Amino acid sequence: MGLDFTVVPEHLDVILLGCLWTIFIAVAAALVSFFGGIIFAVIALYAPWIIRQPFRLIEWVFMGTPLLLQLFLIYFGLVQIGIDLPAFVAGIIGLGLHFAVYNSELIQTAILSVDKGQMEAARTVGLSRGQALRKVVIPQAVRDVIPPIGNNMIALLKDSALVSVIGVSELTLSAQRVIGATYRPFEFYLVAAAFYYVINLCMEWVQRRIERRIAISR
Amino acid sequence: MTDTEHFVEIKHAQKSFGKLEVLKDISLNVARGQIVAIIGPSGSGKSTLLRAINDLDALTGGEIWLDGVQVNKNLPYRQYEKHINQMRQDIGMVFQHFNLFPHMTARDNVTMAPKLLKGLSKADADKLAEEQLDKVGMLERIDYYPSQLSGGQKQRVAIARALAMKPKLMLFDEATSALDPELVDEVNQVMKKLAEEHMTMIIVTHEMDFAASVCDRVLFMDKGVVVEEGPPSVVFKNPTKERTREFLRKHLAGAK
Amino acid sequence: MDIELMQRVYPFFLQAAWVTIQLSVLTALLGLTCGALGAAMRLSRLAVFRFLGAAYVSVFRGTPALIQLFILYFGGPQVGIQLDAFEAGVIGLGVNVGAYMTETIRGAIISIPKGQREAARTLGLSRWQAFYNAILPQAARLMVRPLGVNLNMLIKSTALVAAISVVELTYTAQRYIGSTYKPFEMFLLAGILYMIIIYATGRAVAWLDRRVQIN
Repeated sequence: MGLDFTVVPEHLDVILLGCLWTIFIAVAAALVSFFGGIIFAVIALYAPWIIRQPFRLIEWVFMGTPLLLQLFLIYFGLVQIGIDLPAFVAGIIGLGLHFAVYNSELIQTAILSVDKGQMEAARTVGLSRGQALRKVVIPQAVRDVIPPIGNNMIALLKDSALVSVIGVSELTLSAQRVIGATYRPFEFYLVAAAFYYVINLCMEWVQRRIERRIAISR
Repeated sequence: MTDTEHFVEIKHAQKSFGKLEVLKDISLNVARGQIVAIIGPSGSGKSTLLRAINDLDALTGGEIWLDGVQVNKNLPYRQYEKHINQMRQDIGMVFQHFNLFPHMTARDNVTMAPKLLKGLSKADADKLAEEQLDKVGMLERIDYYPSQLSGGQKQRVAIARALAMKPKLMLFDEATSALDPELVDEVNQVMKKLAEEHMTMIIVTHEMDFAASVCDRVLFMDKGVVVEEGPPSVVFKNPTKERTREFLRKHLAGAK
Repeated sequence: MDIELMQRVYPFFLQAAWVTIQLSVLTALLGLTCGALGAAMRLSRLAVFRFLGAAYVSVFRGTPALIQLFILYFGGPQVGIQLDAFEAGVIGLGVNVGAYMTETIRGAIISIPKGQREAARTLGLSRWQAFYNAILPQAARLMVRPLGVNLNMLIKSTALVAAISVVELTYTAQRYIGSTYKPFEMFLLAGILYMIIIYATGRAVAWLDRRVQIN
C-alpha cells in the first residue's frame, strides 16, 4: 500500500481542531490535578483518622491501577449513578483526578519537608492551623514541588491521548476519524505524533525556564 | 635500552583548555630510582602534569617517555588504546580520593587487574594480594570492603593495588590531602618504605616536611611553569626565586 | 454491590490477568534490552550514536505510547510490518519503555564518580574492561530501584493494548462493563488483580535491591 503524505493537507483542519481540544483538555485536567493535588495532600496529612485512612486507600488504588481502567470507571460509573456528562468532562475529571493523586504524593513530601519551625512561627504570631497551612506552609511546599509537578504535567499531556478511548474528540480520536475516511493510519497517526511531540517540546522548554527561575530565586 | 639518567623524560609538555594554558613548555628528566616532589599552589598545573604522564589528561603538545618508550605516541585510536593500556601497567597511580572499588574487598581490589591483564591464577593472585597488602600493613584487613576501612587504610590498600602491577614508576597525586591529620603518617610511612626500595616516584604534595625528608628533588610550579627546581635543601632553605619564597612563606604560615 | 455477578465472571478476569502478566514480562525484557542499547548509544564515543540515542529517547518519551502503538499496529501493514495485536503490544510498549529505561540506566552509569574509571584505566584496563569490572557492578546496584519504578509504570501501561483489542485485564473489564453495566464491580475485579501484580513486583524489586547492596 505504501505511504502517501499528499493526503495530509486537506485533512489538516480536523487534526488542528483535535489539537486544540487536546490542549484544552490537558490544561483543564492540569488545573484539576494541581488544586486537587493540594486538597488531597492536606486531607491525606491533616484530616481526621476516619477520613484520612479510607482516603489513603483510594489514593493507593489510583496509583496501583491503569489510567485507562480508571477512565472507564469514571465514564461509565457516572452514567450508572445517573450523571450523564459529556465525554470530554468525564475525560478531564478522570485525567485530573489521576494526576491529582500523583501530585498529592509530591506535595505531601514537600509539606513534610517544609521546616517545622515555619508552622510554629506562624502559630506564635496568632495564625490558626488552617491559616498557617494556607499562608505559610503550602506556598513554600508548592514552590519546592513545581519542577516535579512539571514532569507530571508532561506525562498528563501524553496520557490525554487515552481519553480518545471514551470518545473525546481530541487529537488522537480526530486522527482516527480521518483515518476512517482515508484508510491512511500510518500517515495520520504520525502527524498526530508530530503534534504531540511539538507540544511536548514546548512544555519542556517552559519547564526548563521555570526551573531556572526557581533556581535563581533561592 | 635502559638509560638510567633519562628514565622518565618529559619534553616540552604543553597543555591548554581552549585559551587557558595550564602547562607551558615543561621539560623534566627523572633518573631511575629518583624521587621527585612537585609543589605549588592549586591551579599551578602540578596535578595536570602528573596526570599527563600516564595520559589521564592528554597533552596538547610535547612528549612523555618512560624507560625508552614514548607514552603519548601518535597512533590511530585502536592501536593507541592498546599501547596506552600496556604503558599504564608500568605506571602506578595513587589518587587523592583513593578511588578504591567499593564493590570489591581489599583482596579483589589488588588482584583484579593482575588477574585480568596478566592472567594470574587464583592461587597466584591470592599470594600476590597477601604479599602486597602485607607490605602496606593491611594483611589483617584483606577481606574487608573499602567502606569498612579508615581513610589511611584505604589509601594503603590503593597503594598495594598499584604496586601489584609491579610498576616501574609510581605517581602520587596528593595522596594524603584528603586524610585526617592523624592518618597522614601511616601513609607517609608506606611511601618512605617504597623510597628505601628505590622505587621511582613522582609525588604531588602539600607536605613540605615529607617532601624534604624523602625526595631527591623538588620542583616548584606556578601558573603552568617550573619556577624553581633543585634538591630540597636548596628549594626549601634557600630558594632563589621570589615566587618560591612567597609560596613557602604563605604555606608554612598556613600550616602553623 | 453485585457479588454474585463478580463470582460468575472472575475466572475470565484471572485468565486476562495471566495475559497481562505475560505482556508485562515480555515487555520488560524487550524494554531492558532497548534500554541497555539506548544507554550504550547515549554514552558512546561516537557522536552519531550519541545523537541516535538522544533522538530515540526524545521521540519515544515525547509522544504518547498509545499513538506509537497505533502507528505500529494499524500503520505497520502499510510499510510491510504485519503483527498480531499481542506482538504489536509487546514491541510497541517495549520500545516505548526502553526509552525511559535508557535514561535510568544512563543515569546510574554516569553517577559513578569518574575517579573509578580513572583508577581502573591507570591499572591498564581497557575502556570496556574498566566499564565491565569497575563501573557496571556499581551502576547495576543503583539501577534496581529506578528500574523498579519503570517496571511499575510499564505494568500499568500494558492496559493500552486494550485499545488494539488484546484480551488482557483492562479490555476484559471494559467488555464486561459494556455488557453488564456494572462499572464499579468490574473495576474492582480488574483493579485488585492489577494491584496484586504491582505489589508482588514491588516486593520482588525491594528484595533484589536489598540483595545487591554492598554489605
